[in-house]
Amino acid sequence: MTHALLPVLPEAVLLAAACTVLLLDLFLPPSRRHWSFWLTQATLLACAAITVATAELQPLHAFGGLVVDDMLSDFLKLLSCVAVSTMLFYSRGYLAVRGLFRGEVLVLTMLALLGMMVMISAASFLTLYLGLELLALCLYSMVAMHRTSNAASEAAMKYFVLGALASGMLLYGMSMVYGATGSLDIHRIARVIHAGQGNGTVLLFGLVFVVSGIAFKLGAVPYHMWVPDVYHGAPTAVTLLIGTAPKLAAFALTLRLLGVALAGLEFDWQGMLIVLSLLSMVLGNVTAIAQTNIKRMLAYSTIANMGFMLLGFLAANLAGYSAAMFYVVAYVLTSLASFGVVMLLAREGFEADRIEDFRGLNQRSPWWAFIMLLVMFSLAGVPPTLGFYAKFAVIEAAVGAGFIWLAVAAVLASLVGAFYYLRVVKVMYFEDAVDTTPIVARGDNRALLSANGLALLLFGILPQPLMGLCVVALAQSGFL
Amino acid sequence: MITAPALAHYLVLGAILFAIAMAGIFLNRKNVIILLMAIELMLLAVNMNFIAFSSFMDDMAGQVFVFFILTVAAAESAIGLAILVLLFRNVGTINVEDLDRLKG
Repeated sequence: MTHALLPVLPEAVLLAAACTVLLLDLFLPPSRRHWSFWLTQATLLACAAITVATAELQPLHAFGGLVVDDMLSDFLKLLSCVAVSTMLFYSRGYLAVRGLFRGEVLVLTMLALLGMMVMISAASFLTLYLGLELLALCLYSMVAMHRTSNAASEAAMKYFVLGALASGMLLYGMSMVYGATGSLDIHRIARVIHAGQGNGTVLLFGLVFVVSGIAFKLGAVPYHMWVPDVYHGAPTAVTLLIGTAPKLAAFALTLRLLGVALAGLEFDWQGMLIVLSLLSMVLGNVTAIAQTNIKRMLAYSTIANMGFMLLGFLAANLAGYSAAMFYVVAYVLTSLASFGVVMLLAREGFEADRIEDFRGLNQRSPWWAFIMLLVMFSLAGVPPTLGFYAKFAVIEAAVGAGFIWLAVAAVLASLVGAFYYLRVVKVMYFEDAVDTTPIVARGDNRALLSANGLALLLFGILPQPLMGLCVVALAQSGFL
Repeated sequence: MITAPALAHYLVLGAILFAIAMAGIFLNRKNVIILLMAIELMLLAVNMNFIAFSSFMDDMAGQVFVFFILTVAAAESAIGLAILVLLFRNVGTINVEDLDRLKG
């Protein structure tokens, strides 16, 4: 007999801790700010531990079917906690020298994580929407956190308007699906569609808006306009947050909406995802070549990577979903390390966000140049790094589902992509350093970033355990 | 003789409101505040749909959803206006065309 609140225990602990840190931080002098920091880290550790301890093989529904606690949600929640905790370690020094290391950042980060967790374990349109908005509202305000920066406030405004537009489209689609099926519960919607009882025209109309909303949130072409501006304008610490854990939640959102609720309309959304995936892979990789700012380049790389993720997803079977999930996990790990290195090189009054700032990094520090090399190889998909196996798995899934021409296009797009990733490697290894300032960082930041970089190599050589976990999590959650 | 409006009438009204909001976002080149108003209008169009479906299907869930959307919309406009104030303080304008520093 399990208690009815057990499935949401990690969320409950996180919410309580966020309120505690919010209050506690008011009474702490700035010199004791590290108390709030360590309390936040302890909370994230506790959430991860509770998620693992309460993990069950069978899906568990709670709150009248509003939330579901299955292996998929446990796995994604655990990874989100790890990603957010790593992000805080990487950004501590960066935020401190810019005067942004305040309680608000910690509280907003925790609430954003809460939004992600709600989204990940949502089993109804209502909880999906609430989780999505909680995440988005925290991210909008974090982008605007650097109050004197023109770029940050412009980025925040653009993110806000386009994010709200995306939520509006998603909601409009949800209202149509609700009208066609008479339910907000994703499993009941799936049953109604499967039985052929839903109103076909209204359902298709809703599907178009739902897919558009999802594409906006993922940043897939043609709904990608916000990604480069937000990545560029936001403080790098916030860019790191936006570029990592929310992608896991966005994957869960896509899976719950298209893979569960609208699974019966598979042939309709497959066509739409093919267009989104192809355009994202091509446009993302081609536009990235022209960038001189590394944050903008990584933003276009995100667009291209989301295209690859959708390539696995549109196979619409267990192999495809698990390849897409592996791809997202691999992307999050790589993305953490990439922005981690950018923040490591940044110092007071210097953002290190241009590609030329990486000139001669090998002369300044062979170790960090090597870590950045691993990151770039992983993004480009060079074996034996993690990115290679991730790309291999999604392309294999697409070929398995019969999309051979799309797989060929994906390989060609990643060849184009290799050019700009390897350009960063060339700048680091074959050009002379102009800036010779020593690289200083806290010990925990350095250790974690090194481990993060080496993990890209380790999981690249031994991808099977991680892939096996993705397959088991999806199979146990009902995707067969 | 007057007949009660059918479900389709409400849906058309919702669609018109949604289209006006979309036009407001994409055609507006002047003022960021108009963007915020268009976003509110879009959420109201969604609410109209939910209430119409909920009432015609005799299912309360849709109307409950509307309350949540209204609450979230309030939080959203609070954050939107806060960002707008910040933008005006930094850039000195709320003209949509002047928001072109970030590009490439």
